[in-house]
Amino acid sequence: MVLVLPYFYHTLLYFLCQTLVFFLNLIHAIKVSITLNAEKIKDLELKANQARQLVIEMLLTAGSGHAAGSLGMADIFTAFYFHILRHDPINPAWPDRDRLILSNGHICPIRYAAMAMSGYFPVEELKTLRKLGSRLQGHPHRTSLPGLETTSGPLGEGLSQAIGIALSAKLDKKNYQVYALTSDGEHEEGNTWEAIMFAGKNKLSNLTEVIDRNNIQIDGMTENIMPLEPLKAKYESFNWNVLEIDGNNIREFIDAVNQAKSVSEKPTVIIANTIPGMGVSFMEKDFVWHGKAPNSDEAKKALDELRTLQGRIRND
Amino acid sequence: MLNPKLYLNKNLFESTVEKKATREGFGEALVELGQTNENVVVLTADLSESTRTEEFAKKFPERFFEVGVAEQNMVAIAAGFGTNGKIAFTSSYAVFSPGKNWETIRTTIAYNQSNVKIAGHHSGLLTGPDGATHQSTEDIALMRVLPNMTIFSPCDAIEAKKVTLEAAKINGPVYLRFTRDKTPILTSEQTPFDRNNIETFWINENPKVTIFATGYLLFQALLATKKLEEQGIEVLVANVSTIKPVDENTIIELAKKSGKVVTVEDHQVTGGMGSMIAEVLAQNLPTPIEFVGLKDTFGESGQPLELIKKYNLDDEAIEKAVRKILAKPTGQKLYRTSGNLY
Repeated sequence: MVLVLPYFYHTLLYFLCQTLVFFLNLIHAIKVSITLNAEKIKDLELKANQARQLVIEMLLTAGSGHAAGSLGMADIFTAFYFHILRHDPINPAWPDRDRLILSNGHICPIRYAAMAMSGYFPVEELKTLRKLGSRLQGHPHRTSLPGLETTSGPLGEGLSQAIGIALSAKLDKKNYQVYALTSDGEHEEGNTWEAIMFAGKNKLSNLTEVIDRNNIQIDGMTENIMPLEPLKAKYESFNWNVLEIDGNNIREFIDAVNQAKSVSEKPTVIIANTIPGMGVSFMEKDFVWHGKAPNSDEAKKALDELRTLQGRIRND
Repeated sequence: MLNPKLYLNKNLFESTVEKKATREGFGEALVELGQTNENVVVLTADLSESTRTEEFAKKFPERFFEVGVAEQNMVAIAAGFGTNGKIAFTSSYAVFSPGKNWETIRTTIAYNQSNVKIAGHHSGLLTGPDGATHQSTEDIALMRVLPNMTIFSPCDAIEAKKVTLEAAKINGPVYLRFTRDKTPILTSEQTPFDRNNIETFWINENPKVTIFATGYLLFQALLATKKLEEQGIEVLVANVSTIKPVDENTIIELAKKSGKVVTVEDHQVTGGMGSMIAEVLAQNLPTPIEFVGLKDTFGESGQPLELIKKYNLDDEAIEKAVRKILAKPTGQKLYRTSGNLY
């Protein structure tokens, strides 16, 4: 029937569709900003706590894995999977989905936990982490588990892959957002800076990077191993817009992401200062927990702390 | 004689044979792909002129991406394209890509199964005056060892265009090996190309030796063959333009015809095309093999033809290899030379 209409009406129909899409996006954005009230924040904080518990259980069952970064980034992953991302857990390949790329793939336990909680696969499957035949590989593998977007582990490659995806979006005239999560430690890899230079030069405004600035790496504190400061000034000199926030504060993080979306002439990096091992007192800020999994005693203590919010809630 | 079914270049042995660099074929194919396939994107790391991607860049600037001297960034960006509906071609010298960025290719392209075609230019000693740092003599080995990687090594500019167009049809990682210098045209537009089939360029009813050659050195193998024929030594010459996946059946069939094999490549003997042939035959039909290639040495600056002569890759070296293998008995008894593998 559409083909029968004369050309003018065809164009009018197209214009009306575009306007409709614009208003739908506008409504979504308004919905996002006005419903971020205290209740919603509390809900997200509870979910983050649940995710932390799942991480401890996963790592105990797996017998290996990376605790510190996974716990530290639980708030940001919760914010993504339960508030920020436009996505469809039942249809992970939905073409218009926002893309979340995890470059520091070793913290995949928290990603797997957030994905399971939001409906990508059953929470039960989390206990297969790192086991033979599992979809939950020790470092995330795109073709093993729908929804991962990239394969990562070796540091410094995720931002470049995110750039390729962001450029694809522009070529296809698509409006989805591309988020690249990186670690502070991987800024010691040269190829990270290749990507940073490229994104700055090409003004990739549909790309937002989040750095897990937890100040630790395998051999010690980042500023002792290979200092990264002044990190903000470095990014600014490469033509990026830089925001610095408390990465364990969900409201601050969501506000920063919204701010990033409003900047159109530069890519934005959010330097998220996080506490590695957040939520478990004996893990917090200790680089030893970067690549370690808890044994059953440690896991029991950790879960007790998480369930009682480090003693703030009394057991009955 | 030259295989009449393949419509090879009749002027092949004339001094006036047309010469064209394989990288030209690559550049032409990219322009054609740009016109016919809107999903093709091309990236280069500051080498658009010498990799011949600049024609594509001029015609399709919105699909051309210059990353500067950053080969790891180039292939990882390509990996992002390749998992989002695009067919991404990367271009740089083979020493840098896949040399410098091998692990990035392994993780984000091969293991990740992204639809990326990696063009490795200036391969082999043929690169010439730039010297060993720019002569890639290890790239076939680097790419052979990666799962999910298809490898094309065209014998001339016409075949180079065909393999590039073919690469776009494959859904997955492909490595394309090109050279800098002008080399003789061996085929024609009518020469069939089948990526699953090794073609015999010089046929013989009763060959004494089977020669497997890859890339431009196929011409040197044919020159050697002509001389050997004149002396009553009959050989068979096959063009290995697809190094991976392996056409096991043809390799075994052709080796069986003569019982002796010589392999020819502008590449280290270790891990190259010759190794691939050896792996097939050792498992199925143990056959004496003589490898013509770099014997665990780097090259140096010089003119291309000077270099292939000095490093024993030319028609004289191939002729010597044929005579050497003829002196070896077939079957169980094989005599090791002096104790060194080479």
